Amino acid sequence: MYAYTLKRLIQGVITVWFIATATFVAMHSVPGDPLLNERGVNAEIRRNLEERYGFDRPIFDQYLIYMTNMARGDFGISFTQQNRSVNDIIREHFPVSAALGVLAIVFAGLGGVLWGALTALYRNRLPDVIVMFLVILGISVPSFVIAALSQLALVGLNDLVGFSVLPVAGWGSILHMLIPSLVLGLGTMAFLTRLMRSSMLEIINADFIRTAYSKGLPPTRVFIKHQLRNAILPVITVLGPAIAAITTGGFVVELVFAIPGLGRFFVQAVQQLDYTVIMGTTVFYGAFLVFMVIAVDLIYGLVDPRVRLE
Amino acid sequence: MTEFSLTAADFERVSVERRVQTIARPSLSYWQDAWVRLKANRRALVSFYIVIVLLLFTVAGPWIWAVDPTVQDLDQLSTPPGADRRAQIVQPYVPWNGVFTTINESLSDTVGATTEIRLAQPASTQTVRLVWDPVLGASGYRVYRNVYDPAPDGAVGLPLAEIYDPRQVSYEDLLDLTPTRYWYSVIATDRNGREAEEYTTLAVDTIRVITAAEAQTRGLVDLETLLSLGDEVRVSFHPLGTDYLGRDMLARLMYGARVSLFIGIIAPLFFVLTGILYGSAAGFIGGRVDQILMRFADFVVALPFLLFMILFKIAFGIGPGESGVVPMLVALVVLSWPATARLVRGQILQIREEAYIGASQLLGAKTHYLILRHMIPNTVGVILVTLTFAVPTVIFVEAFLSFIGMGVAPPTPSWGSMCNEGIQTMLNHPHELIFPAALISLTVLAFNLLGDGLRDALDARMRSRE
Repeated sequence: MYAYTLKRLIQGVITVWFIATATFVAMHSVPGDPLLNERGVNAEIRRNLEERYGFDRPIFDQYLIYMTNMARGDFGISFTQQNRSVNDIIREHFPVSAALGVLAIVFAGLGGVLWGALTALYRNRLPDVIVMFLVILGISVPSFVIAALSQLALVGLNDLVGFSVLPVAGWGSILHMLIPSLVLGLGTMAFLTRLMRSSMLEIINADFIRTAYSKGLPPTRVFIKHQLRNAILPVITVLGPAIAAITTGGFVVELVFAIPGLGRFFVQAVQQLDYTVIMGTTVFYGAFLVFMVIAVDLIYGLVDPRVRLE
Repeated sequence: MTEFSLTAADFERVSVERRVQTIARPSLSYWQDAWVRLKANRRALVSFYIVIVLLLFTVAGPWIWAVDPTVQDLDQLSTPPGADRRAQIVQPYVPWNGVFTTINESLSDTVGATTEIRLAQPASTQTVRLVWDPVLGASGYRVYRNVYDPAPDGAVGLPLAEIYDPRQVSYEDLLDLTPTRYWYSVIATDRNGREAEEYTTLAVDTIRVITAAEAQTRGLVDLETLLSLGDEVRVSFHPLGTDYLGRDMLARLMYGARVSLFIGIIAPLFFVLTGILYGSAAGFIGGRVDQILMRFADFVVALPFLLFMILFKIAFGIGPGESGVVPMLVALVVLSWPATARLVRGQILQIREEAYIGASQLLGAKTHYLILRHMIPNTVGVILVTLTFAVPTVIFVEAFLSFIGMGVAPPTPSWGSMCNEGIQTMLNHPHELIFPAALISLTVLAFNLLGDGLRDALDARMRSRE
């Protein structure tokens, strides 16, 4: 177990190194001059700027400096917002994205498990048909459309009630988080519902379930202790990719709902070609996702005694 | 007692047909079986037809509805489908000097409401001319226009003009007039320029008008047709309405489908092909090479996908706001192949161990025969399913990138960028969002259901247990 954890962590570090290198190579093969859109650059200022960003050195030196800085957790200084370090930007805006993402995961996980179990129990009957129709819709409609439509619905709701029940956009209170995280989690929820339904259907007729019933256990106990607990395992395996989907999906939701998260910042940095912010954010997200997947795998080993971590 | 009389016929031999051994159904090949299964699956079949219709819409659509998607129809901006197309012929525009009073009261600290607003001539999309009674002591007037009634919450809308001359009691509105109902509010200002508490609002219905010359230059009537004032002509037809720049929605959806479906189909083809080559190489060679190849694939999988899509586009020198279909394709291929590679490698490793391969080898089959006859036919089903499921994913990615402004840039339409534009105006003109969004959803839905059906039909092991 410890050996396995250590092995996975080392693999994770190598993966992050790969991501950082790929990012570095990609950004340094950008044609053109990153300092070109600085206004009024004479030779001296240019030299200063190059020195500040380290462009005056050979490329391999730049790579070494970049890697050592990154190993120290220093992502450099923003190009467009002078004197603001990328670390500051991440520190300030990542918690917002994280709060949104965690809530979305909670929504998606709970919703997916419950709906999936429900549809399996009511298989081929009306509740199943309705929920599965909604699930297919949830998988097929792009998140930005759902985000926009839910905003529209919120406007209608607030108009109808006469006061602001839930804020339509912005950030600040728990109420601001509710609808965006629901929208963010919706696609994943639909996916998890499907998964949960099929894994539940597999278990529902298993021998140990019949045994549980025949020894006289009440149906709720069979449902919670035997069916749900066993059916939930495959859902946990896909939580890693689900977290990835929700993190990147956050970009759109943050954009539409005007939430000051890291995703919106990244999109902004891309539009302004803010090199250091783009690189820093990419590596940060990459590292985050890699270690999330490792964490999910380890948790899976703890939860399911049948899985033995080699 | 009954009598028996036996004839010679009773001693004939009974026929010797052996029905017992007949095989009731003709044997089906793998593909025939798959096709039968697919046809039995109604959802998948309907999806299959939808996909064909979508392809026809993309390929043949622009031939049938030959409207240039970049041409702007300035008579019809943001027009929903089924809007009234009638337009009245009017005289060319004649400037108007407005109405001025001679009263010159001393300015006062508080002013009352404008008493009445009139139209100097019938309101049209050419011009709306407002005249009102002077307000005692006013230092001037402010004119506002709204598209809904401001009465309930006092939202007077767009400020059109600020008139500093108290003698001027008229205003001519020429700003982006469309055939609809406007609410004009005229508010008097006091000596200090503050607006009066009370004001009057006039609801004005504008009618669409066009001059005879305009009607002819825009090709709405023949050049020979003589038009007299008050005649009715019809402005050009847009089945799905127009967008905020007056471009035909149907034509744009067709051209947008080209981008979305082109990327959605070509990119999966390429990355699945790459994955097949890579995966089968790893699977065949095996050993250390396999280990290294698959470890590398693991690294590529770990790259944050959308971030690297964006990174690649920048690396190709395509900044935000520039079109880049090819970089998007390359980035998709570079980032998406590992999933297929893993799948194919797994399949090959599995098939290699199958008993029928051993049997075939025992019968003297050569490697190329094994590959052609056993390996490829047995993996092609799985690959086809992967391909079908990859299409909606890629369409989503394209829509996402276009939505955040990193995909296809204007004026090239794509469904994603059309959604992005539609969201800006969704409150007033929902059709600009609904049509592209519905098409994306329909396409993704069709490919998903078709993929489900194909998986059930082609892949016996993955058959979903319903």
